[in-house]
Amino acid sequence: MLARFQWIPVFDRKCEKGDASRRRAMLGFAAGATLLVLRPGLVLADELEDALKDAFGMREIRRGRVKLEMPRIAENGNVVPVTISVESPMTPDDHVRGIHLFAQKNRVPRVFDVELGPWNGKAVVSSRVRVAMSQQIVAVAAMADGSLWSGAADVEVVTSDCGL
Amino acid sequence: MPADARRGQIIEIRTLVQHPMESGFRLNNVGKEIPRHIVEAFSCSYNGREIFRARLHPAVSTNPFFTFYAIADRSGDFVFTWSDDQGGVATVTQALTVFE
Repeated sequence: MLARFQWIPVFDRKCEKGDASRRRAMLGFAAGATLLVLRPGLVLADELEDALKDAFGMREIRRGRVKLEMPRIAENGNVVPVTISVESPMTPDDHVRGIHLFAQKNRVPRVFDVELGPWNGKAVVSSRVRVAMSQQIVAVAAMADGSLWSGAADVEVVTSDCGL
Repeated sequence: MPADARRGQIIEIRTLVQHPMESGFRLNNVGKEIPRHIVEAFSCSYNGREIFRARLHPAVSTNPFFTFYAIADRSGDFVFTWSDDQGGVATVTQALTVFE
């Protein structure tokens, strides 16, 4: 309490502009403090955004055409099966060029990138991946016409020791 | 993968390679970082044409496993290649017979 009483006059001397401006200064300070508190939550979302920007620049990513199948609850986050299927006729004119998988809360959000073509017949890929903690996994498919489509799945992880 | 297929049939190809996929983020029993050792690239070519390529990051599980599909076009070889970040390369060749 003593420290607080001493601190307020110091703040007063700095402002010296009357009550209204002091209130505004306090409001600004409060807003700043709130932002600081919220920051950890924002960092994670930024990481997905950064990873997506790194992979696709500012291109628009639409929702749909991509189905991501993963278990709702993963007992072991070190080995989580994943199947990605993309709606596409896989013809020379209209096919999936690539599929990119992202786990936003992993230390390295990029999981894998695969390249496909009309010779695959269907755009379905399965693998097993590491999921460090409960999170939303996002798959993005790049089409031959340049459009990007995405699908997501929520995975709850019970244990994981992959270090990611 | 199957040994033979009808022309135009879509065949399933399942691949598995034994590899630790050490992420580089784990610590050993004395708290020192275990260096990264991961498979970075996997590719499959069919009669000389690359039909599948994957770039792997540390979040792919130990013993990387991939399943994908290919259209049986004509008889020939599938060549699978894995390469890791310490210069290790593994190659496997598998033949497919295509009938009318």
